[in-house]
Amino acid sequence: MANESVATKKYYWYEVSKKLDAFAKKIKFDQWKGWIYLSPAIVLLLIFTVWPIFNTVRMSLLEGYTTMTEINGATFQFGFGNFIRVIKYPGFITCLKNTVLLTVLTVPISTFLALLIAVCLNSIKLFSRALQTIFFLPYVTNSIAIGMVFAAMFNMIIGGNARPDSVGIVNNVIEFFFGEGSYINWMNAGSANPDGTASWANFTVMVVYIVWNALPFKILILLGGLQSVNKQYYDAAKVDGTSRARVFARITVPLLSPMIAYVVITGFIGGFKEYSSIVGVFGEGMGPVGNAYALDTMVGFIYRAIGKQEGTASAAALILFGIIFVVTMINLYVSNKKTHY
Amino acid sequence: MKVELQNLTKIFPGRDKKNPKDTVTVNDFTFTIPDGQLVGLLGPSGCGKSTTLYMISGLQQPSGGKILFGEDDVTNLPAESRGVGLVFQNYALYPHMTVKQNILFPLQNLKGPDKMTKEAMLERAYEAARLVQIDELMERKPSELSGGQQQRVAIARALVKMPRVLLLDEPLSNLDARLRLQTREEIRRIQRETKITTVFVTHDQEEAMSISDMIVVMKLGVVQQVGKPQEVYDNPVNLFVAKFLGTPPINVFEGSVTNGKLYIGDSAVLDVPGVDNREVFVGIRPEGFVLDKNGPLTCNISGIEVMGRDVSIVSTNEKSINPVVRSIINADSNVDATATEVSYSLKPHKVFIFDKETEERIYFEV
Repeated sequence: MANESVATKKYYWYEVSKKLDAFAKKIKFDQWKGWIYLSPAIVLLLIFTVWPIFNTVRMSLLEGYTTMTEINGATFQFGFGNFIRVIKYPGFITCLKNTVLLTVLTVPISTFLALLIAVCLNSIKLFSRALQTIFFLPYVTNSIAIGMVFAAMFNMIIGGNARPDSVGIVNNVIEFFFGEGSYINWMNAGSANPDGTASWANFTVMVVYIVWNALPFKILILLGGLQSVNKQYYDAAKVDGTSRARVFARITVPLLSPMIAYVVITGFIGGFKEYSSIVGVFGEGMGPVGNAYALDTMVGFIYRAIGKQEGTASAAALILFGIIFVVTMINLYVSNKKTHY
Repeated sequence: MKVELQNLTKIFPGRDKKNPKDTVTVNDFTFTIPDGQLVGLLGPSGCGKSTTLYMISGLQQPSGGKILFGEDDVTNLPAESRGVGLVFQNYALYPHMTVKQNILFPLQNLKGPDKMTKEAMLERAYEAARLVQIDELMERKPSELSGGQQQRVAIARALVKMPRVLLLDEPLSNLDARLRLQTREEIRRIQRETKITTVFVTHDQEEAMSISDMIVVMKLGVVQQVGKPQEVYDNPVNLFVAKFLGTPPINVFEGSVTNGKLYIGDSAVLDVPGVDNREVFVGIRPEGFVLDKNGPLTCNISGIEVMGRDVSIVSTNEKSINPVVRSIINADSNVDATATEVSYSLKPHKVFIFDKETEERIYFEV
């Protein structure tokens, strides 16, 4: 009896599975299952990526759009007024100039330095692991915290005397080499600029900081690239009596060119989005004391615009997107010609 | 350029406390490569042949011993000052350069009085390319070439600076069987034309035998035998060399010598005058068997392979060390395909006997 009931039970489940199969066939489950498996990711992407992009475009094209007034029932005219307002805004040109200048200065410098450091790290054996970790530290450190340390290193404490009470670590080093009194007012040199622009000294601080902050990622990528280069190329070059400089220029750089291209392209994109580093060093004022927003950037501009009018902020974001898009296209075009894959 | 290796030794020190043992990769290698000869370093993998090659090139420093090019002691010279051309196993062609740029590269490195004009460099590059017959492919990238063509480019790149010694590391291992035959002839021809002293490394005895003027058989860092390929084949000094050379491989039996007669099992197969009574290994080349109804060595046939020119009889014998005994018989001789047993007499000069303990050759008068 017991055996019989087990057999019937088994048969019952067999029937169920058959029915399920038939149902799956009826609704063409095979066709849809790919979509069903993907659906969680697609839903998240739609909510957090596609909709924000779409909404940014929508907001930028509605004159004087703000969310609060929309909730209150206001309607907006369609037009390009937001874009015009952004371009006509007096601070906008400063932001654009600062962003472009910082990017154009820091990307080549940091890429070149990262390449040198990666090659050196790759060629030494002693302590290479420890040094790799040290060079990678800035990457895992909060950029605001680093910025505050940089600010302290460059800062001067004026006091009431003819000579400042303290000139800061960086100026101490400069005075050691160039004599007393050769200090530079790094942090607040631009305070007196009547036109609201930053001084070259302020810029230098930012360039040093951004380069230093950008190094670890670039070193990581380039070192990875170097370690994947077949050692036999170097052996072959050695047998052929190639000088170190020539090995670097004719073998290392071309073989690393895909990584270099990647580092440069992402560097440009990151450079155009520079914001937190400036806040870290110069504070929320984004400029020397008494000359706020002298070091403002595109992203800074967008953030401040969000608080006032989302339409303007969206328009500015789209302008930034356009710039990054064009620059990246140029980068890709150049790298396709120069890169060996 | 004569190349002299004197007591060359390479020891890789133990890596850490877990592996404290030093590895002796090349042990006391003394050998003179005569000028303009093609020498094959031959041995199973791990025998130190590549290490020897890299020590000659200067990419690895010997732990002891000397390397002389002609009269110059180059032991402590860096690779770049030795004037060697090296062809790597996987060619190591610079992937981002065209064939022409690859071949020009060594010339562009020349400095000082050796510096060449652009025209002279191009001329030399094309000369080298013509020698290996790739002058049609000069504008291609290595990725657009076949394996054989890449190999030629690598040889051209090694030859273009007119090296004193040309070194080839497993030059044929990346090629398919057909191309391998072709390329080895090619290497032979190029070597003959340029008369550059050439050393190449291979684990393929056929390859080494077919093109070398001399072969060096190595095992675990120790040179076993040096000589002309045929001499080494005909006169192996120990069981290892006898086993390593020849395709199909030599047949090895357990045997014994009693009163000047060589026994395999119970049958006396050969007279070996002047050998003391002892246990031995008997090596018989496949071509050393003669079909003979009354022959002393009887084996059970397990198959007959007809290969046109000759016939290979695959058989078994309980005293054989190898799973099968393979003999090669002229196709003209009548082999009874239905027979289950075959009897052989032996050609004395194709039979080698080796001491069972030392595996060294025991000589007897033929």
